[in-house]
Amino acid sequence: MAGTIAIKNGYVYDPLNEINGEIMDIFIKNGKVVTELSGADMKDVKEIDAKGKTVMPGGVDSHSHVAGAKVNTGRTMRPEDHYKHYQKRTPLTHSGSGYTVPSVYLGGYEYSKMGYTTVFEAAVPPMEARHTHEEMRSTPMLDMGGYLVLGNNWFLMRYLKEGDIEKAAAYVAWMMKTHKTYGIKCVNPAGVENWGWGQNVSALDQANIHFETTPEEMIKNLTELNEQLGIPMPVHLHANNLGHPGCWEITRDSLKIPKNVKAKPNTDVEWAETKKNAKRHESVYLTHCQFNAFGGTSWRDFESGVKGITDYVNSNDHVVFDSGCVPFGDATVMTGDGPAIHDLYVLTGHKWSNTDVECECGSGVLPFEYLKGNPVHSVQWAMGLESLLYVKDAWKTIMTTDSPNGGPFTKYPQVIAWLMSNKARQDTFAECHKWANDRTGLAGETREMTLNEIAMVTRANPARTIGMSYRKGTLGVGADGDVAIFNIDPKKLEVNDYESIIRGFENTAYTIKAGEVVSQMGEIVAIPEKNTFYTDIAIDADDEKNMLADVKKWFKYYTIGFDRYPTPEKYLANPTPIQVNAEK
Amino acid sequence: MADVILKPIGNFDLTVEAEVVTPDNFAGKTADEIGKVLVWQGPAEYPLTDFFTVEGNGGSSAEDTTIIVDGNIPRVKRIGQQMTAGKILIKGSAGMHVGSAMEGGEIIVEDDADSWVGMEMSGGSIHIKGNTKDHLGCAYRGSWKGMTGGRITVDGDAVSQVGGGLSGGEIIIGGSVKHFCGVRINGGLIAVKGNAFRTVGAEMTGGTIVIGGCIERFTPGFEMTDIESDLKFNDIECPGEYMKFTGDYAIPQKGKGTLYVSCDNNECL
Repeated sequence: MAGTIAIKNGYVYDPLNEINGEIMDIFIKNGKVVTELSGADMKDVKEIDAKGKTVMPGGVDSHSHVAGAKVNTGRTMRPEDHYKHYQKRTPLTHSGSGYTVPSVYLGGYEYSKMGYTTVFEAAVPPMEARHTHEEMRSTPMLDMGGYLVLGNNWFLMRYLKEGDIEKAAAYVAWMMKTHKTYGIKCVNPAGVENWGWGQNVSALDQANIHFETTPEEMIKNLTELNEQLGIPMPVHLHANNLGHPGCWEITRDSLKIPKNVKAKPNTDVEWAETKKNAKRHESVYLTHCQFNAFGGTSWRDFESGVKGITDYVNSNDHVVFDSGCVPFGDATVMTGDGPAIHDLYVLTGHKWSNTDVECECGSGVLPFEYLKGNPVHSVQWAMGLESLLYVKDAWKTIMTTDSPNGGPFTKYPQVIAWLMSNKARQDTFAECHKWANDRTGLAGETREMTLNEIAMVTRANPARTIGMSYRKGTLGVGADGDVAIFNIDPKKLEVNDYESIIRGFENTAYTIKAGEVVSQMGEIVAIPEKNTFYTDIAIDADDEKNMLADVKKWFKYYTIGFDRYPTPEKYLANPTPIQVNAEK
Repeated sequence: MADVILKPIGNFDLTVEAEVVTPDNFAGKTADEIGKVLVWQGPAEYPLTDFFTVEGNGGSSAEDTTIIVDGNIPRVKRIGQQMTAGKILIKGSAGMHVGSAMEGGEIIVEDDADSWVGMEMSGGSIHIKGNTKDHLGCAYRGSWKGMTGGRITVDGDAVSQVGGGLSGGEIIIGGSVKHFCGVRINGGLIAVKGNAFRTVGAEMTGGTIVIGGCIERFTPGFEMTDIESDLKFNDIECPGEYMKFTGDYAIPQKGKGTLYVSCDNNECL
């Protein structure tokens, strides 16, 4: 029976229901978690014996770069990333290639093998939304969605400068619907705009050139707008000065700006049963904390500034962040922060690509290799882990590598091993540059995350943070039947043997999507249907009309016609709008 | 020492991808088994016997195995790819990618070889007695890392991109080269006895390049520091007087590369 399955006797980790390693059965019917199956259902149900195995909700990656123009540029400019790393087609699967920027098919399969079922693309430039959706549609195995880049949008900067909040709100609502995107991404607010003139902004109160708007104003206005519109996730912030020694201070100060903004997600959805409150209360979601937490004043006295940020996070409840861990090895740096990529080019001399996306945003791409012997890279490795380990409450953190910026998502099992095993960290300290030890506090941190905490930072919390926990990141009744079953026996788990952790998380025993086994021991066995989520905001019709008149007038400055701007639904796999009610 | 003799019998209308032709693969196999090894031609795989007659069995190990190709195979690619030991002798000309990513052993080509000889090789030796084309000992397209070890000797000429991204090993060219010789190298040695056309050592951050002939257009970004004569790098000798330059100052990692240029043949410098 399609989408009906019984998972028996596994050790279940469902943090949103406060289930911490209890031996339980999970039943799924028609793709959703149910309390029990009737006798008739049980007759032809697929039964999985999960005895001695770890059972978690399907993985949710709330920040990854997997689709769209800059990812594709990464593929185009890196033939060397593809020729050694490839996979032949099988009767079921497509061929594919690429290590740090895999082709869309390969990316879907590799996520699924690790037990992930939901992945959100972290940056969608409005004009590239069609392209992004085409790639997401072609990515198998995963439910997806994308965040719309709005931190340097000309319209928004102008409306906000003029204090025209009604039109600004109408514009954001219309943009979400038009480009079928899910939340607001804010990259180097006010700074990327200056990059069009070869400049940047470096302080929160520094106004950019033509719009004379500051990062502080952008963050304040966008976070307020976000709650006024009732968007499911907090504003996703990539702070200013990213990647510059000393940037942790501006990051902390940026986080202070929306301190008093009250979270008001207002989605019209049915919630799965959870014991914990599955709704978010944060007004800002900081991305790749590690890259935003550089200390020192130059590369000579470079050090970790993570503590400055985690101290703030520990004592405030309006912030959640993902880590942006650096697992060493090949990476491709790609971001909407064009000036940051230029700085990296100057530093490395490597090939690079840079784009100014007309009146909307910018971006840059550059290949990178993190080396254990490099002093700065070794500190960055330690910083990513520091950021996750220093925050006492795992409900404030999410594990990512900012794939493929810190490293490809396929390194997640390695990162989990470092989080769960102090010995794994100590052994890496012995291999890498002494700066990692001298200039961070990681060596003194003995915390070892439990499987329950790993379940929080890889599925429960990313889903909760982005407002998807009504159906993802939990095994509560009514949730999607997305389950990852790992060959890890919690009772026999020996964290000092961290190779076994890596092996366990690399390939699931079973990845189940909507009640169907889709991959098994590293092999794809079924290609499931997938959904694409986007936010559909109800907004005042008059406001929308007034705003559209402005937008249409401006379109003479665009290289494409207004009619070609929106992304039609046919570009999406199973378009799934999430109804949101804006504040009246 | 066991010899496996492959005699080409034609059928090369589409090029053949023969990365399986290595001592590593042939060791421990009989002539019959070797004949059944599959190679790609266009979209399909065919046994080796569709293209070659096979005589002789493989040795007990790769070291003990010599593969002799008795004829011209300009349309067979990737011979000796990733080989770690043993010997391959091609008694004629060879196709592209001879010995690419090779780790050890020896390859001798008695006539010309096509492009990509010894791409990203890390050990062993390749001797081309004729001429070769582009990308000798170079990095793969888009990659920054070329050859890291071993030695390539070419008696004749090579064309462009010789030793691009080189970070170890030696390349010795008896004849001349064209463009971008030693582009972006960071280690190792390139010795060219003849002329080079332009962009020698562009963006180099380390390593050594010796040009015994004339450089038609010298790369800006180099600075002369000295004059040395009768250079010797282990067993490689470059007699005569040389101007010593460091560079390439055009890029941020300043001037750690060394470029020697013959005094006699470059009087205008």
